[in-house]
Amino acid sequence: MADLKKWHELPIGGVIDKPATALAYKTGSWRVMRPIWHEDKCTSCMMCWLHCPDNSIVVKGGKMTGIDYEYCKGCGVCASVCPVKAIDMEPETKFLEEAE
Amino acid sequence: MVETKKLALTGAEAVANAMRQIAPDVVAAYPITPQTPIVEYFSKFVADGLVDTELIPVESEHSAMSAVVGAAAAGARAMTATSANGLALMHEIVYIAASLRLPIVMPVVNRALSGPINIHCDHSDTMAERDSGWVQFFVENAQEAYDLTLIGLKLAEHPDVQLPVMVNQDGFIISHGVEPVELLPDDMVRSFVGEREPVYSLLDVENPVTFGPLDLYDYYFEHKRQQIAAMEKVFEVFPKVVEEFEKISGRRYACVEAYRLDDAEHVMVALGSTCGTIKDVVDELREEGKKVGLLKLWMFRPFPKEQVQRYLYGRKSVVVLDRSASFGAEAPLYAEIKSALYESPTKPLIGSYIYGLGGREILPRHIRQAFEAAINGDLLADGQGYLGLRE
Amino acid sequence: MAVNLKQLAVEFEDPNKIGITSGHRLCPGCAAPMTAKMALMVAKHLGYDVVVGLATGCLEVSTTIFPYSAWSVPYIHNAFENVAATISGVETAYRALKKRGKLKREKPIKFIAFGGDGGTYDIGLQALSGAVERGHDFLYILYDNEGYMNTGNQRSGSTPPGSYTTTAPVGKKLPGKPQLKKNIVEIVAAHENVYAATATVGEPIDYMNKVEKALNFEGPSFIAVLSPCVRFWRIPNDAAVSITKLAVQSKYWPLYEVEKGVYRITKKPRSFKPIRDFLEQQGRFRALLSRPDADKVISMLQDYVDKRWERLLALEEATKDKPAR
Ligand SMILES: Cc1ncc(C[n+]2csc(CCOP(=O)(O)OP(=O)(O)O)c2C)c(N)n1
Ligand code: SF4
Ligand code: SF4
Ligand code: SF4
Ligand SMILES: [Mg+2]
Repeated sequence: MADLKKWHELPIGGVIDKPATALAYKTGSWRVMRPIWHEDKCTSCMMCWLHCPDNSIVVKGGKMTGIDYEYCKGCGVCASVCPVKAIDMEPETKFLEEAE
Repeated sequence: MVETKKLALTGAEAVANAMRQIAPDVVAAYPITPQTPIVEYFSKFVADGLVDTELIPVESEHSAMSAVVGAAAAGARAMTATSANGLALMHEIVYIAASLRLPIVMPVVNRALSGPINIHCDHSDTMAERDSGWVQFFVENAQEAYDLTLIGLKLAEHPDVQLPVMVNQDGFIISHGVEPVELLPDDMVRSFVGEREPVYSLLDVENPVTFGPLDLYDYYFEHKRQQIAAMEKVFEVFPKVVEEFEKISGRRYACVEAYRLDDAEHVMVALGSTCGTIKDVVDELREEGKKVGLLKLWMFRPFPKEQVQRYLYGRKSVVVLDRSASFGAEAPLYAEIKSALYESPTKPLIGSYIYGLGGREILPRHIRQAFEAAINGDLLADGQGYLGLRE
Repeated sequence: MAVNLKQLAVEFEDPNKIGITSGHRLCPGCAAPMTAKMALMVAKHLGYDVVVGLATGCLEVSTTIFPYSAWSVPYIHNAFENVAATISGVETAYRALKKRGKLKREKPIKFIAFGGDGGTYDIGLQALSGAVERGHDFLYILYDNEGYMNTGNQRSGSTPPGSYTTTAPVGKKLPGKPQLKKNIVEIVAAHENVYAATATVGEPIDYMNKVEKALNFEGPSFIAVLSPCVRFWRIPNDAAVSITKLAVQSKYWPLYEVEKGVYRITKKPRSFKPIRDFLEQQGRFRALLSRPDADKVISMLQDYVDKRWERLLALEEATKDKPAR
């Protein structure tokens, strides 16, 4: 707990005085399965974007552009709601091997 | 000092007028005897357009405190009032209000906490909240109830404090008894209390904050330490606030009131309306040549230990009156006083009396009886006496 | 508005504008954050600023572990049973401060309370009823996962019969919880001048249209959103959305709204699936389904949802053009 703030350095009342501080907590490390997006099949219908519980579908100008693996927990909801099967779920272990 | 009005008012009416003059942004309250007249008077003030506070007629005290917490977190000045079972129903949120550091002021009209159910005065309701993190005042009469409500508000909202404040008045005895009360002019109260400047506000949408997160082992302790520090700050801020109040009202307050203590050998310590009766008995005994006096506590939390020590060190005996019990342990006020005397260079004789539970009458002869025990050296530090009980 | 997803996706290209952000610690695939994000996007899209209140529960604990907040809108959590009372205080403060000229802002603020089923059907019901009765201008969103999930899957007034919970387990003798779910929408709809509806994450457009209606409704509004808990419903992490579609198709979770007493069914499936299909997809019913008396419970449930559907149709017909006020 060496780098944690001391009592007199914290805001009072247990208040978190800034928004969205959870962004510092990267949930991507939880992932067991990795969603793989196939751009060629994607119609940018936005169903995956709408449902993703971790806001990890990246969009630009109304089009899907990728997946944010920093936070994606690999739930597979995106793949399951995709009407054209443009997302596959692959085990993370596969990418570990690839990285090696 | 300016012209003030002296009116014949009950304690409840006096406090309702303090609330009218403070004109909180939001009041959420639920009726319970003997607090009810406060809500009734205040609702009438609102209905008659004498104050433009938004009233939330909640469905329970739990919701009263919850709504007031929400309103205060939104930056509003928010108040409620209650008694006994109502306070107990709020209990969980009483703690939360303090931990969120919301400067809510709550008049509490003390009544016995069930059961069996009883509507009359004792201090069991507020004593159950003594470790909740609220500042607690006790008053002797309607005037003090009025004054300490105003003082309490300014103290609560002070940037160094930011704590909720309970102003305790004895049920029926003060709340329903009519006494002459001096009200300050409305505009003087307004300028005394000023505007609340919240540290954080939910309505500051441009700077979103999170109130009430999950606070685990790595930070909770630090937040509790902050609450302890805020209570310590009360001792720095309170004297300034009462000084300012004295300037406008001519009435002087402190953490404690010393009554004929200068040369007193035997001192009684008590809270609330009973102090009035004790003063009369002190006067009588003084006439009989007995060196007795009273130490009345206006402030119970934070506990003004230094002042207590200053007034109690070197006395022959100290006798403490409690209007509540702590079943299986020493009575609340007594336990504090005994602990404050631990470092006393000379140990006075000390003793504890419980009195007045459930509204049982406390008569001058009971007080005299306790003083006589003190004078005769009949106090037992580890014993428990009772006044007005059929034994 | 008639939700346009593409347009929303442009508007919320920066996900931190949504209101609930990444970095929260809800289980992978949990429906609670879907419920929250859809509502927040609609509110902001309509031009409102939003302040949220949370009841104790999974959504609250997992999004605000100090010093990490997954909210980019003002947020308050007070306790388990009092989110409606708390938000009523916030909303009143808003009106009071505006009235007194202490809050100078053009853009209107909407107040949204999120509560789990425990915090809504059970311990928070009184505070909810009080706040609705008083007529505060707020939207209460129930994310209904049919149990006390944050504390490890205990029974609530919303748990369906036979669903495995640790406090009404399916045992050697007893077939789990015997009681049916409370009808929370009817309870809320029984108050005067209220908008109350059901919705679910598997029918997002229906849900978001209801959020719009609710926010624009003058007075309190309530949406009960079936929001699966993947963990304790014992369903795959990717199944929260599909299971709720089945819930609608099997009449388990009919989609309707009640506006000032007028009923309207917002989705009428052309054909229905048997309730057994819905139950069989979920591990929480496995113990029930393997009991010899399983059929009895299932046919009781089937009978119940059939009758409820018929009743809803009748109510829709009977209340047409007859608002209570
Ligand atoms: C007064 C009180 N009683 C009990 C609890 C313990 N508790 C915290 S959350 C919870 C269950 C929450 O269930 P629900 O509202 O359905 O939300 P969920 O976690 O399922 O999303 C319970 C029992 C509490 N925090 N406060
Ligand atoms: S796997 Fe889950 S978290 Fe990851 S992008 Fe898909 S929906 Fe989002
Ligand atoms: S759901 Fe499928 S088609 Fe639609 S945007 Fe996502 S990946 Fe593309
Ligand atoms: S336990 Fe259930 S409700 Fe809670 S976060 Fe996990 S999936 Fe969601
Ligand atoms: Mg739940």
